[in-house]
Amino acid sequence: MAAPRPTILHNRVALLLAAAVAAAALTLPFLSFAPNRLLSGRGIPLAGALAGVVDAPWGWAALLPGAVILAVPFLRPSRAVSAVYSAAGVLFAAGLVWLAGAHAAHLAATSAPAARTSFGAGFWVMEAAALLAAMDGVRRLGLPPAWRIAVGGATAALVAAQLAAGHLDQLSILKEYANQRDVFAAAVLRHGLLVAGALVPTLLIGVPLGVLANRSFHVRRLVFPVLNVIQTIPSIALFGLLMAPLSALAGALPGLGISGVGPVPAVIALTFYSLLPIVRNTVEGLDGVPPAVREAARGMGMTRRQVFLKVEVPLALPVFLSGLRITLVQAVGLAAVAALIGAGGLGAIMFQGLFANALDLVLLGAVPVILLAVAVDAALKLAVSLAVSLTGRRAA
Amino acid sequence: MRGGVTRVRWRLDFLTDRLTLAVAALVALVLGMPLLKPLFAALFPTLDRPLYEADSFLALTVDHLALVGLSSLLAVLVGCSAGIFVTRRSGAEFRGILEAVATMGQTFPPVAVLAVAVPVMGFGAKPALIALTLYALLPIVENTVAGLEAVPGSVLESARGLGMSPAEVLFRAELPLAAPVILAGVRTAVIINVGTAAIASTVGAKTLGLPIIVGLNGSNQAYVIQGAVIVAALAVVLDFGFDRLAALSVRWRKA
Amino acid sequence: MIAFEGVTKRFEPWVAVDGVSLTVQAGEFCVLIGPSGSGKSTLMKMVNRLIVPDAGTIRIDGEDIAGLKPEELRRRMGYVIQNVGLFPHWTVERNIATVPALLGWPKARVQDRVAELLDLLKLDPRRFRDAYPHQLSGGQQQRVGVARALAAEPNILLMDEPFSALDPITRGALQAEMAAIHKATRTTIVFVTHDMDEALKLANRIAVLDHGRLIQFGTPLDILTNPANDTVRDLIGREDWGLKLLAVETVGQRVRSDGEAFGQPVPGTAPLRQALAEMVARGTDRLPVVDEQGRPAGVLHLSDLVRP
Repeated sequence: MAAPRPTILHNRVALLLAAAVAAAALTLPFLSFAPNRLLSGRGIPLAGALAGVVDAPWGWAALLPGAVILAVPFLRPSRAVSAVYSAAGVLFAAGLVWLAGAHAAHLAATSAPAARTSFGAGFWVMEAAALLAAMDGVRRLGLPPAWRIAVGGATAALVAAQLAAGHLDQLSILKEYANQRDVFAAAVLRHGLLVAGALVPTLLIGVPLGVLANRSFHVRRLVFPVLNVIQTIPSIALFGLLMAPLSALAGALPGLGISGVGPVPAVIALTFYSLLPIVRNTVEGLDGVPPAVREAARGMGMTRRQVFLKVEVPLALPVFLSGLRITLVQAVGLAAVAALIGAGGLGAIMFQGLFANALDLVLLGAVPVILLAVAVDAALKLAVSLAVSLTGRRAA
Repeated sequence: MRGGVTRVRWRLDFLTDRLTLAVAALVALVLGMPLLKPLFAALFPTLDRPLYEADSFLALTVDHLALVGLSSLLAVLVGCSAGIFVTRRSGAEFRGILEAVATMGQTFPPVAVLAVAVPVMGFGAKPALIALTLYALLPIVENTVAGLEAVPGSVLESARGLGMSPAEVLFRAELPLAAPVILAGVRTAVIINVGTAAIASTVGAKTLGLPIIVGLNGSNQAYVIQGAVIVAALAVVLDFGFDRLAALSVRWRKA
Repeated sequence: MIAFEGVTKRFEPWVAVDGVSLTVQAGEFCVLIGPSGSGKSTLMKMVNRLIVPDAGTIRIDGEDIAGLKPEELRRRMGYVIQNVGLFPHWTVERNIATVPALLGWPKARVQDRVAELLDLLKLDPRRFRDAYPHQLSGGQQQRVGVARALAAEPNILLMDEPFSALDPITRGALQAEMAAIHKATRTTIVFVTHDMDEALKLANRIAVLDHGRLIQFGTPLDILTNPANDTVRDLIGREDWGLKLLAVETVGQRVRSDGEAFGQPVPGTAPLRQALAEMVARGTDRLPVVDEQGRPAGVLHLSDLVRP
């Protein structure tokens, strides 16, 4: 058989990402500059952003990782290459943000205070490609999924450092933040309270319900169809449908402090939606305890309560925590929708931006919601793997 | 055994079947909402306009279904193709990154994805369509890959060994066996999209969310209820429908 | 007729098949045997191009198969694997009809063929025709698997450890049926196994492979009487080697025309092992022998069982 053909292309995934970066750099606007909040901006290509950056060496250094990303498809794969690839992805992602901030500052020096410099489509594509490149590098190194979180964390840390240094202040999203600083803080707090506020009744109702459903076939048969139907109802519809009865109730009993709008219907609806994942995963977790283990525990003389607390709960914990993860991530998103019925939170900033056609406000609301959901997801994934390693069980 | 009595019983079962009932309820609500105007007037005497009349509920429902349907169809075409591609030898190297994106993307709240589409693409039905399609892609891709992976290796080996071409193996063996799992992914995507499409009224798409949004902005609870009830019924109908499809796709397992 | 000429296959860094040359005669039942990793499955899978050799040629009836379209090649052969691989979403009938459907046979012909095969593999059509694989036991599934492989009337049947996953009783029954089918249809069969007893029972010729190389290729008697090396001896099993030898030869080969014996006669086609068992059971050192028509054919003496 003939010797294998010499290949110049070693990594097709990297090629795809490199092509995305190259295409975005050359054809899509990196930034968008508008004279004020309401007018749409003109695009600034990557080259334009570079030319304007005064400390040119830094500008090129920020792009060097990008060059690495373009080169990797043609390098022979090895652990070193994958490690460099991951690092390049993280650095490029942070570098693009740095470049955007620097150019925004440069433009701000020569234009009116009302001018807006925002991220363009090219920025988003390159940023996504950079992060995917970093994650692909980590994956090729064969590292466990927790490292993907580390990659995100590293990029976030570098961006946070830039934020703290004030380097990104001239970008429109941060100018918007500057205008809304108190509102933003209050919104984040409110958003967290909505989620936490729903979590308590969900756990108080859902966990016992799950335990009951695990023990009794009849409870199971009754509970799940109802919860499934609730889950199917679109969130905005459920929020809307709760408004009228709660308003009526508020009218009848003003002293209770409930109303048809605001956080109360939001928390009630959030609780309804959170019940299914919690109940379902409690049931699944308990179902997953091998009957032999239960029997052995009873045989050793443990009371029912001891069996539950010392045997069933630890073994069901990973699956339960998985359900908690789903619940919380879902709740973060639903709380954003709840802003439509006046519940406040980050969704309020987001929808305010949508209704007023202030796109940076939209981002100021939407991006933190996404980051919050991802952070909650990552935190609970770590909790699950911790539970798995402590109890030696596999999660759902 | 087929007999006259059995056939009549089958027809009656059809009438009390929950999918039929749900469809009937939906149709009644969509077409008959204007008839309920006196009811809403009585419930909310303070409102000038107890019935949403800016658009017909039928038109809104059709638009809503069109948005959900089109985005789901696109997501199925692209997502299933991608899922098939990464489970073939030629596409295997893309699988890791595709699965990572699909899993991670599902942590993004759909409403946020919809909102982010606006700064990037502007207002209207088109950005909403793209956002919904992108979001629907995730569970469909994830489930297509999982479903195809679950096909037993012995089935694939014997199919090839008997002389089926790779295309024949895919269409006659792999896809029918993966269908239940893929369908579950489509179901997830569609149900989420029904809700997100309602919210898409805030980005300029015309859907059943419009009465709700208009009602919320104008403190008109009647509008809110009218929109909410119909979109909830629509979601329930689709869910029951998918349930039926799921049962059909595993008929052979129940034999 | 299947001819392997210097066939080699590497799965970096190790060599699975190393320069194997052998010829399977038309209508022959050829068993490939060897320890795990000996390359026997790999060698067989090169016949239907599921694996492509790195070097060497494989010819079927003189034609180099490398030039043929793989799908066409495979549709001409039957393929049976250990895990059966029935299509779970198709009935037994549709499973069996797989290749005829691919070849575009008319419906009536397909139905007749399915009925024929169900009968051949002793599956009651009323019970099994419309059943789904998950309703069948392991043995029944493999019967369907064999039926499916035979459906398009192939000249060559490839079988990769088809009975290894079955319980001993089912395995024995299927082995016997396989032998009968071979006798009736005269299909060329290439059969992979790691079980020497199975090989001795079924094969016209046995090819012993080890580390990708062909160690010995001969009739069961050849293998037993002249094992080429220790690997072959180990495969035979050193302890009851002698008894295995007795299983291979028949009474008719050692019968003498002189002498007298009484009692129930033993057929000339019976293996010597059976005759020995009879002698021990009856406490005698000779047995009357009859031929296939039941006529007296002589006497078997205990002393003739052992050849110096």
